[in-house]
Amino acid sequence: MTATTTPYAGLTTPSTARRLLTAPTTGPLAALLIACVFFSFSTDQFLTGGNFSLIVQQVMVVGTLAIGQTLIILTAGIDLSCGAVMAFGSIMMARMAAEGSLPPLLAIGLGLLVCAGFGLLNGVLTEKIPLPPFIVTLGMLNVAFALTHIYSKEQTVTELPGPLTALGGTFPLGHTDITYGSLVTIALFLLFAYALSGTGWGRHVYALGNSVEAARLNGVRTSRLTIGVYTVAGLLYGVAALLLVSRTGVGDPQAGQTDNLDSITAVVIGGTSLFGGRGSVLGTFIGVLIVGVFRNGLQLMGVASIYQTLITGVLVILAVTVDQISRKKAR
Amino acid sequence: MTTADSPTPVLQARGLVKRYGQVTAIDGADFDLLPGEVLAVIGDNGAGKTSLIKALTGAIVPDAGEIRLNGEPIRFTGPQSARAHGIETVHQDLAVAASMDIASNMFLGRELRRPGVLGSVFRMLDKKRMRQEAAEHMADLKIGLRSLTQAVETLSGGQRQAVAVARSVAWARSVVVMDEPTAALGVKESGQVLDLIRRVRDRGLPVVLISHNMPHVFEIADRIHVHRLGRRAAVIKPSEYSMAEVVAIMTGALTVDGSGGTVVADSEAAKAAGVQAT
Ligand SMILES: Nc1ncnc2c1ncn2[C@@H]1O[C@H](COP(=O)(O)OP(=O)(O)OP(=O)(O)O)[C@@H](O)[C@H]1O
Ligand SMILES: [Mg+2]
Repeated sequence: MTATTTPYAGLTTPSTARRLLTAPTTGPLAALLIACVFFSFSTDQFLTGGNFSLIVQQVMVVGTLAIGQTLIILTAGIDLSCGAVMAFGSIMMARMAAEGSLPPLLAIGLGLLVCAGFGLLNGVLTEKIPLPPFIVTLGMLNVAFALTHIYSKEQTVTELPGPLTALGGTFPLGHTDITYGSLVTIALFLLFAYALSGTGWGRHVYALGNSVEAARLNGVRTSRLTIGVYTVAGLLYGVAALLLVSRTGVGDPQAGQTDNLDSITAVVIGGTSLFGGRGSVLGTFIGVLIVGVFRNGLQLMGVASIYQTLITGVLVILAVTVDQISRKKAR
Repeated sequence: MTTADSPTPVLQARGLVKRYGQVTAIDGADFDLLPGEVLAVIGDNGAGKTSLIKALTGAIVPDAGEIRLNGEPIRFTGPQSARAHGIETVHQDLAVAASMDIASNMFLGRELRRPGVLGSVFRMLDKKRMRQEAAEHMADLKIGLRSLTQAVETLSGGQRQAVAVARSVAWARSVVVMDEPTAALGVKESGQVLDLIRRVRDRGLPVVLISHNMPHVFEIADRIHVHRLGRRAAVIKPSEYSMAEVVAIMTGALTVDGSGGTVVADSEAAKAAGVQAT
């Protein structure tokens, strides 16, 4: 055995081209581009700045939920309660500001806090009892849904003070009007893309999703990390609540009922594995856009909305199939 | 075992107990690791070797018993507290994150941050330095993994084991514990791990090696801790016993008395194992 031997040989650095081809976001990105090209040729209205601004506006609420959902799914969890928590947060903010005569900013702050509280509770129940996240968040979905209807007395809250709808305001970029809310969503995507890939916290989230025990044995405080992830996700649902209110201009107790599944759809289409440990918020961003582009493009082509749902369903199954196959290859 | 003039054990345990419901995985086990030695821990499947070293490395908290590090009583509250004391472990299941690359696994739980505000405020990882240092550690240990940016799941079982071994050796400051580090390895690779263990010992670090491979154990161990039914059955020197005798101690056919002599506990079994009491 000399110093020059290379035991465990057979490893080579994959070329940049190969790495790009096999990167998990490549597939979703290609799908997005193909869809965009297809719709550009199919309808004149698709390829305009105004339409793209509209797509981003349409997806910003689900997109923000999907960031939280991505974090949770990366830890091999799942959150069915995100849409309901958001609905409760939005109705709280709206009612407290409009009728409870609280200062609007305080109402927003309390709404954010309550949403984070729901996340914290999800995390604690998942981690400390412990219970499967599917069950905990299914329960929390019903709790938050019921609370929304009890608290709102089934009434839509209108005539909201300015700060609650401020994010719905626009500024011109060239000839296109962009909402501030879209910027918030994009900023959050960037922030969490960085947190996941650039910080130790992010690495620990991935490690946790790979194997809780391996993470623990390497000194990761897994329990605290899990609870933290659910809490941060809750806070993001609070931001989504504010975006929702600002976009619709009302507090609507019926809002967000399919958003939990829509957010999971976006995460999965974006290439994040439901088994945890692999994926990215960049992928989720692409996934959110894919869903938005399909909805928008098909709508512009005059296709009935039920077909949009059909196609989304097919995309999800396709994405999960790709994930399964690539995971098998990796083994 | 220990006489007045023998050195203070680096890691020592007395009367460790760990129960899992009805199963008693550790049943009053003692343990002594002396400075600079390679101590092999052997025993049948389910004897409790893994449980013992998990208790010694903070991975589980024992129900009873005492652990001493360099003579001082110590309680490990978790793996990180053992790591903080320089104890590194190669776990039987390797404890690697499969989808993460080799360098990330080497620095898992001990990531380096960029200097200045980037690190303190923005918590930015110093990926370049981690990759460099990981490469240096691998080179130091003469482990020739050529690309550190490859996901661990793309490695062979043996290569994964090499990563786990390298990680432990790179960070250990007082003790290295390896739970069957050669289990997935071929002849050549096993030889390399044994070589690595020797180099670690030459650096002055004691090594605990759990193995089912008797020739390996006899080749490298300074002393052999024989574990049986959740506790230490004997500690012997490989120079003073034959492999057959050690196997007989492991299975309970022979027992070792206080003075180090063997006593036939079960003459039928001893005869079957092909040994005679000394
Ligand atoms: N987490 C656990 N829960 C329940 N029982 C356990 C657990 N860990 C270990 N045991 C039990 O404790 C006993 C000792 O197991 P341990 O893994 O320590 O044995 P071992 O000597 O390392 O065996 P092997 O040579 O097969 O690795 C076994 O009976 C096992 O079933
Ligand atoms: Mg074991």
